[in-house]
Amino acid sequence: MITQAPLTLVRSGTTARVTLLLLALAAVILAALPWLSGVGGSGRAVALLVYILLAVMWNALAGFAGLVSIGQTLFFGVAAYVTIRLADAGIDPYLAILLAIAAGAVLGWITSLFMLSLSGGEFAIGMWVLSSLAHLCVNLDPLIQGETGTSLIALNAYDIETRSTLTLWLALAVTLAILAALVVLLRSSTGAAITAIRDDEIGARSIGVDVIRTKRIVFVLAATGTAAAGALWLASNTTFQPRAYFGVQWTAYMLFMVLVGGLGRIEGALIGALLFFVIETLFGGFGAWYLVGLGMVAVLFALFLPNGLWGWISPSLPGEAIPTGYLIFEKTDNSREEK
Amino acid sequence: MTGLVINAVLLAGYYAVLATGLAFMYSVMNIINLAHGAIIVLAAYGLHVLGMQGVALPFGVVIMCAVMFAFGIVLHKTVLSRASGGGELLPLLATFGIAIILDNLMFQIFGADNLSLAPLVGDLSWASFELPGNIFVGQLSVYILAAAIIVIGLIETLMRRTELGHRIRATSQDSATASLLGINPSRTAAIATGIALVTGVFAATALGLRSAWGPYSGAAQLLFAFEVVVIGGIGSMWRVLAGALVLAIAQSIGAAIHPQGFLIGGHIAFLVAVFYRLPTWRMTLTARRQSRAKV
Repeated sequence: MITQAPLTLVRSGTTARVTLLLLALAAVILAALPWLSGVGGSGRAVALLVYILLAVMWNALAGFAGLVSIGQTLFFGVAAYVTIRLADAGIDPYLAILLAIAAGAVLGWITSLFMLSLSGGEFAIGMWVLSSLAHLCVNLDPLIQGETGTSLIALNAYDIETRSTLTLWLALAVTLAILAALVVLLRSSTGAAITAIRDDEIGARSIGVDVIRTKRIVFVLAATGTAAAGALWLASNTTFQPRAYFGVQWTAYMLFMVLVGGLGRIEGALIGALLFFVIETLFGGFGAWYLVGLGMVAVLFALFLPNGLWGWISPSLPGEAIPTGYLIFEKTDNSREEK
Repeated sequence: MTGLVINAVLLAGYYAVLATGLAFMYSVMNIINLAHGAIIVLAAYGLHVLGMQGVALPFGVVIMCAVMFAFGIVLHKTVLSRASGGGELLPLLATFGIAIILDNLMFQIFGADNLSLAPLVGDLSWASFELPGNIFVGQLSVYILAAAIIVIGLIETLMRRTELGHRIRATSQDSATASLLGINPSRTAAIATGIALVTGVFAATALGLRSAWGPYSGAAQLLFAFEVVVIGGIGSMWRVLAGALVLAIAQSIGAAIHPQGFLIGGHIAFLVAVFYRLPTWRMTLTARRQSRAKV
């Protein structure tokens, strides 16, 4: 006769508590940065937050929904453009950023209606076509004047110290909100569906997961987060040249961060973004050689370490760092199993 | 109007030869090669370097065909075979990474200057035929269209009539069964990659002769090729020609409407093709067609 030991289900363990503590500490340091390091430091911090948003969102799309997109610059560029347009119409630039993020969500929903019927490579380049189409249309706007571009002049209403502090806090708040939304989503029943699709799409469909609906939720969230990144990048850099926002180098960065950090794990995307931030700070001045190096590292990771750095670190940690699954304990002994 | 249609048909020749390699790899290996454009630009640089050494263009093309075939074999052995074992996403990620590497390497080696192969062919680049009705068409575009038809015809013949073609088709349909019948799937796929890259040499020749290119021209060529494949659909290679024709006509109409409407016209044709392929749309269309057939 088999006796079943009583089981307890927990969502988070020590690893998760430590991670949460570290993330909270990082957030506090970032928020206090204006007093610690001045304007330059705030600008770099916004860049880091933008990379985190891009990596986490691209990872949600590719890693969870299985949708590789080469054209997420569609949302990045359009959000920046909408911010410029709204600010030009007299709306406060920070309100314009929030509205542009909302516009990104709406654009994501509209795009999802027809793009999600494509899959694999067709979806990947299809998104790129949409991004170039948006780029061409933005270039036609007389305010932008083709590739000449323009600036977010409305920001001059604030003095430079206030502006950089406000931008940093807004970036921090938006990043935390979007990260929280993703974690809540992954812990909900939709999250179980997302994980099922990630592991086996046909299997998920066969047990009644509404694949298109689930993918649409992830796609719209990713569009929103990427749009937020674009609008925040504009707020931090103030100049808008279409090529600098719709350019394919952004896709290369996202690919690098997610592949090196670890596809399919939020922790991986965070590590990838942090690593990319450091590499960019150190080697960004090397121009094209730097991009050659990024491409090579990304390809090597794709071929030889497809689960990235996090896939290599995480097995040695007890439990998940950002808990989206369950930990199962047996009461009788200390053995544990992760669901 | 006649001029617009004739020019669109000739432009379609270029798009067809551009898309052949992409369509070939997609239909037989189910890989969308995101480095397709960068590889074509690489072949164009190869032709340019040979031309600078005094090699006549036809010989240069032959040499580059051999080089690119070998490059295709190496590409498959080192990257594609490993990537295609890891699901649907890895080949995309890996080939995109290769495109980034190639683009920036070419920028470092050859600089940002735009190059052209036109000096290698003398007055062919501006010579033209005169058609009745005082219409002039560039000889070069006519030859490119002819080359596209020949390349696609050769690939179709290879796939339908030769032993190698049968082996490639068998591997693409079911590589496990093919290997039971004594076919080496990995070898066959490597040869198919080589063939796809050889068609890229013809695309590179056309690219270099009809316009100037730079190290980052690959992305635009990939987009054109991809739009051709999506508009034409997968199946017989002749669909590539049909897709190229639709793309070229859409772009010409776009350009006629607005000076910057050339690319926008093509992108819109692509979106219409995507809409047409939406499952719900297609169901309505088939239902309508069936009900009409019953009446």
